[in-house]
Amino acid sequence: MKRYFGRKTIIYLSTFFLAVTVDWAIPRLMPGDPIMNLLSRVSVRAEASEAMYGYYTKAFGLDIPVWKQYINFWIALFHGDLGTSVYLFPQKVVDVIIMAVPYSIALLVPAILLSFYTGNKFGAFAARTKILDNTLLPVGYLLTAAPYMWLGILLAWSLGIVVGIFPTAGAYDFNMAPSFSWPFIFSLIKHWFLPFLSLFLVQFGGWAIGMRNMIIYELESDYSHYLESLGAPRSLIRKYAYRNALLPQITGLALQLGVIVAGSLVTEVVFSYPGLGSLILSAIQNKDYFLIQGCFLFIIIGVLIANFFIDIAYVIIDPRTRLGMAGE
Amino acid sequence: MSLQIKNLVVYYQTLRGYVKALDDVTFSISDGEIMGLAGESGCGKTTLGNSLIRLEPPMKYIKGDVELDNEKLPVWNSSQMNAFRFKKISIIPQYAMNALNPTIKIGKMISELLSSRKFNYKKIKPELERRLDLVELTHDVLNMYPIELSGGMKQRMVLVLSTLLDPSLLIADEITSALDVSTQKAVAEMLVEFRNRKFVKSMIVITHDISILYQIADSILVMYAGKLAEKASTNVIVNTPRHPYTKLLISSLPKVGVRYTEKKLSGIPGNTPLLLDPPAGCRFRDRCPVAFDRCFEEPPFVEIEKDHYIACWKECTEND
Ligand SMILES: Nc1ncnc2c1ncn2[C@@H]1O[C@H](COP(=O)(O)OP(=O)(O)OP(=O)(O)O)[C@@H](O)[C@H]1O
Ligand code: SF4
Ligand SMILES: [Mg+2]
Repeated sequence: MKRYFGRKTIIYLSTFFLAVTVDWAIPRLMPGDPIMNLLSRVSVRAEASEAMYGYYTKAFGLDIPVWKQYINFWIALFHGDLGTSVYLFPQKVVDVIIMAVPYSIALLVPAILLSFYTGNKFGAFAARTKILDNTLLPVGYLLTAAPYMWLGILLAWSLGIVVGIFPTAGAYDFNMAPSFSWPFIFSLIKHWFLPFLSLFLVQFGGWAIGMRNMIIYELESDYSHYLESLGAPRSLIRKYAYRNALLPQITGLALQLGVIVAGSLVTEVVFSYPGLGSLILSAIQNKDYFLIQGCFLFIIIGVLIANFFIDIAYVIIDPRTRLGMAGE
Repeated sequence: MSLQIKNLVVYYQTLRGYVKALDDVTFSISDGEIMGLAGESGCGKTTLGNSLIRLEPPMKYIKGDVELDNEKLPVWNSSQMNAFRFKKISIIPQYAMNALNPTIKIGKMISELLSSRKFNYKKIKPELERRLDLVELTHDVLNMYPIELSGGMKQRMVLVLSTLLDPSLLIADEITSALDVSTQKAVAEMLVEFRNRKFVKSMIVITHDISILYQIADSILVMYAGKLAEKASTNVIVNTPRHPYTKLLISSLPKVGVRYTEKKLSGIPGNTPLLLDPPAGCRFRDRCPVAFDRCFEEPPFVEIEKDHYIACWKECTEND
C-alpha cells in the first residue's frame, strides 16, 4: 500500500514537473512580442517607446538568458508569484486568476458531480427497461457525441435567443453592481444556468451510456446468475451490479477530467462567462505570457489534485486493487 | 420420488433457429439418490441442470413437467421459481470459481442474501460455521473477499452456501473439473457427506470424469446430443452397459482420473451432430456400429429391466 502511494506520488510529481515546464515554454514559442503589444496600446513618441520597451523587458524579467528565466519561474512559483499581467498591467496574475476561478469552479464542480450521479443512476435504470433503452439512450449518444461548444451555442440560441428566458452572456446583469442581495443572486443563477446546463448535458449522456453498457455486462456475469439461482431479489442483484459497474466509471471520470475541463473553458467562451476560459482567450488575444501561463498552471494543479483524489477513492472502493497491493 | 421429469423440452433461441439442446427428457431420481450425469461436451448436461432452476433466455421452455417432492416446479416462470430456489432446489454452477461477487466480503454477501430471503443470518451463522468446519474452511473466509480464496476454497464455499438451507435437490455442475486429483477426491467425498448428513436429499452430479461418478454416484444417466441414452445404477453402467454409446464411452475410457472429453473420444469415430438441425431418428445413428433400418425412427427411452432405462432399438427389439 505504502509503495503504491509512493509510486503514485512520484508519477504525480513528475507529471507536475513536466506540465509546468511545457506551460512555461509554450507562450515563449508563440509568435508575437508581448511588450510591443503592450506599448502599442499606449500611443507614445518613438524615443519614449524605445526607453519604455527596455524598461518593461526588464520589469518582466525577459532580458535575461532563457535558462535563468526558467529557474526564476520555478522560484517565483514556490513563492506563489506568477508575475504581472501584461494585458491587465499592473495587476498581479494571481489576483486576476483568483477573480476568475470561482466562476469556473461554480460551473465545473456542480456539472461534474451532478452529471456523474444522475447519469449513472439513469443509465442503470434505463438498462433493461425497454422503452427507455429505445428512446432516451439514443438521445444520450447524441449528447455525448455533441461537442461542448456546439451544444452551448444550440442552447444559447434556443433558450436564450428564441425563447428568451435566459441571458446568454456575462455572469450577471451589466447594470447591476455586485452585492449580497436577492436580485443579484437571482441574476447570477440565471446567467449561470445555461453554461452549466450545456456542460451537464454532454457529460450526463456519457455517464448514462457508459453505465448502461457496464451494468448489462455485470448483470450477465456469473455472480449475478448465481444470485438469481439462489432466488435473490432483483433489487439485491442490481445493487451489486451497480456498485461493480460504477468502478470503471470512476476510472473513466479520472480519465475524462481533462476533456471536461477543456469543454468547460470553451463553454465559458461561448457564453462570455468570466471564468478561466474567457480569461485565457483574452490572454491569448493580448499575447499575455504570464496570464496564459498562470491560467494553465491553475488548471494543471486542479486536474492533478482531482485525479489524485479519484485514485485514492478507487483504491478504497475496490477491494481487488486494495488486496492486490497488500503484498507490497 | 424426489425428482420427476416428464417429456421436458428446452431449446436455445438463436438467430439461426432453435438449438435443440434438451429434447424429450424423462427420468426420475429417488430420495437420497446421487445421480451422475455424463456425456460428451455439448450434449446438454448444463442445459438440463439449468432448466431445473434458472431457465432464462436464450433458453426457451417448450414443454414438459418437472415435479420435486410431488410438487410441480414452475420452471418456465422465473418469478414463481424464486420460492423454490435455494430452499428446495439449489445449484453449484459450472462457473463456481466466479460465482461470488468479487467486491464484497463473503460473510456480508451471505448475510444480505439471507435477509433478502427473509432469513436471519445471526440464527443461521452457527450452522454455517459448522459446515465450514466440515469442508475444512476457516471461519475467517467470511471476512474475506473471494479473490483471497483459492479455486478449491471457492468451490467448497459455494457448496456450503448452495446447501445452507437444506434443499431437497442439489445440482453440482462440473464441481471437480478445475481441481487437481487429490482435491477432486476430497470434494467428491464432501458431496456424499452432505447427502449422508441430510443437508441435501438428492443430487445430480454433472461431470466429465466418470471415475468420480464411480466413487460417489448411486446411478448414472448418460446423455447424447440433447437426448437421454441410458440410465442405470452405477455398477450396471460401468460393468454391463447396454446402449452402444455407453459401451463405447466406457470402453474408450482411459485410466481412472483422465477426463474423457479432453481426449475427444478417440474410441468413437465421427462427431456429435449439430443440435441446430439434428438428424431424425436416433441421433447416434451416424456413429453407431450396430445401426440398422429402424434407427431412422426415434427410439423411446424405456425401462428394460428394473431401474435400467435405455433409448436404443437394438436393445429393445432383442428384448421383445
Ligand atoms: N447460450 C446458448 N445459445 C445457444 N446455444 C447454446 C447456448 N448454450 C449452450 N448452447 C448449446 O447447447 C448445447 C448443450 O450445451 P451445454 O452447455 O448444456 O453442454 P454441456 O453438456 O454442459 O457441455 P460441457 O460438458 O462442455 O459443459 C451445446 O450444443 C451448445 O452449443
Ligand atoms: S437406436 Fe440404432 S443407432 Fe441408435 S444406438 Fe441403438 S442401434 Fe445405434
Ligand atoms: Mg456444462
